[in-house]
Amino acid sequence: MIDKLMMYMQYPFVRYALIVGVLIALCSSLLGVTLVLKRFSFIGDGLSHVAFGAMAIGSVLNLTNNMYLVLPVTIASAILLLSGGRKAKIKGDAAIAMISVASLAFGYLLMNIFSTSSNLSGDVCSTLFGSTSILTLTSREVSLCIALSVAVVMIFVLFYNKIFAVTFDEDFSKAAGTKSEAYNFLLAVVIAVIIVLAMNLVGSLLISALVIFPALSAMRLFRSFRAVTVCSAVISVICAFSGIVISILASTPVGSTIVAVNVLFFAVCYIFGTVLGGVRK
Amino acid sequence: MSLLDIQNLSLGYDSNVIIKNLSFSLNKGDYLCIVGENGSGKSTLMRTLLNLQAPLEGKILKGDGLMNNEIGYLPQQTDIQRDFPASVNEIVLSGCQARCGLRPFYSREEKRIAEENMKRMGISGLSKRCYRELSGGQQQRVLLARALCAARQLLLLDEPVAGLDPKVTAEMYDIIKSLNDDGITIIMISHDISAAVRFASHILHIGNSLFFGTRDGYLSSEKGKLFLSSKGGACN
Repeated sequence: MIDKLMMYMQYPFVRYALIVGVLIALCSSLLGVTLVLKRFSFIGDGLSHVAFGAMAIGSVLNLTNNMYLVLPVTIASAILLLSGGRKAKIKGDAAIAMISVASLAFGYLLMNIFSTSSNLSGDVCSTLFGSTSILTLTSREVSLCIALSVAVVMIFVLFYNKIFAVTFDEDFSKAAGTKSEAYNFLLAVVIAVIIVLAMNLVGSLLISALVIFPALSAMRLFRSFRAVTVCSAVISVICAFSGIVISILASTPVGSTIVAVNVLFFAVCYIFGTVLGGVRK
Repeated sequence: MSLLDIQNLSLGYDSNVIIKNLSFSLNKGDYLCIVGENGSGKSTLMRTLLNLQAPLEGKILKGDGLMNNEIGYLPQQTDIQRDFPASVNEIVLSGCQARCGLRPFYSREEKRIAEENMKRMGISGLSKRCYRELSGGQQQRVLLARALCAARQLLLLDEPVAGLDPKVTAEMYDIIKSLNDDGITIIMISHDISAAVRFASHILHIGNSLFFGTRDGYLSSEKGKLFLSSKGGACN
């Protein structure tokens, strides 16, 4: 099996897939902790459906590069959802659900009416469940992904203390003079970028898993914000790496394999956390 | 000049005015209790004082060199906080965020301030513990320590004893009193009128009519008498 793996590793596309997969998993897990705690677990799902809708519009318009349309639309929706806050007329979960199903429906509708491809359901399926595009990355896409990931990690580290403060108690931070709107805005932009990146990896239906599972697993094991954040990043990287390797060796779909590994890991952490918690008490 | 000067303040949401023409002023070292029924606008007033909400009309003047980042705030607990994985140390330290400005990390001085305030609240031993596993009284001390990291002059407390048992409630009031004795100005929202008249130097009663004055003035006023008798008159 090792031989087989080494053999695959010689191909650049396998190495690219591993690099990009691990980086995306790292970024999404860092923000996942904050999003889960803010009760925005489903934002990944919602935004990725928006991205799907935007992609449909892009392919109908025959754009050469969908990214120019998908990214701004997704960022705009993220800002709308995260910065609406408590004043919004339609709140949190309802707003996400609304935007998510609406763009999914319109996306599919548009693709159906203005279909240019002969294999429509195949196209839709690969956008929803992750395409093989992770295995066909060009070196330019890989370097773009590396640059964006480095930017996300830097932003997270630099604003870590502020992100913690704003997540834990927005009112207190605001009263103390921290510009919490600005940080919510930043968070929205970053999460939108990550989701658009991650669509290549696991597809738009499974992105939520990358955001929430590592965070939830880490919360089973640790009790301080820093430990949870670090642990969630580590878990996410391990799961993404082993998920991609397994999918290559067993020739299973990449996205769902990564998610399955995440789910297994969560189960292990849950049992471990319960046992440990029992011992501590 | 007084620390806070409130002039003709009108508060509310959209066109719905809750409080009209409120004026009062506070001096350094005062202990103000805000009392009144649910929905009378106590929390709205506090949010306005904290700049979380704009007043419909009127002005809030800050004197004595009181800066916005010298105000500490003890909010009511939110659902999010109840199961938040964070250590006591992390939470108290976040009280120093206003001192940081745009600097990304806390300085040694700020860590020292956080430690000092934990000692002051008697929670040094808990600093590595997880916030959600603490008792209600301990959690409230943690949030108070965090508020103290921000408060150099003024501390605003929103129902600090809500949901605490009588013993812990008494401890909490003693802590707040001792902070006031150290020279920090206190503004507290409370439903506990008997405690309000026991500890406060000034009372602000919000309702259909407004009352602001010293504690003794409140006790002898019609409004105070009425409110006390409806609460069972537990004021001695």
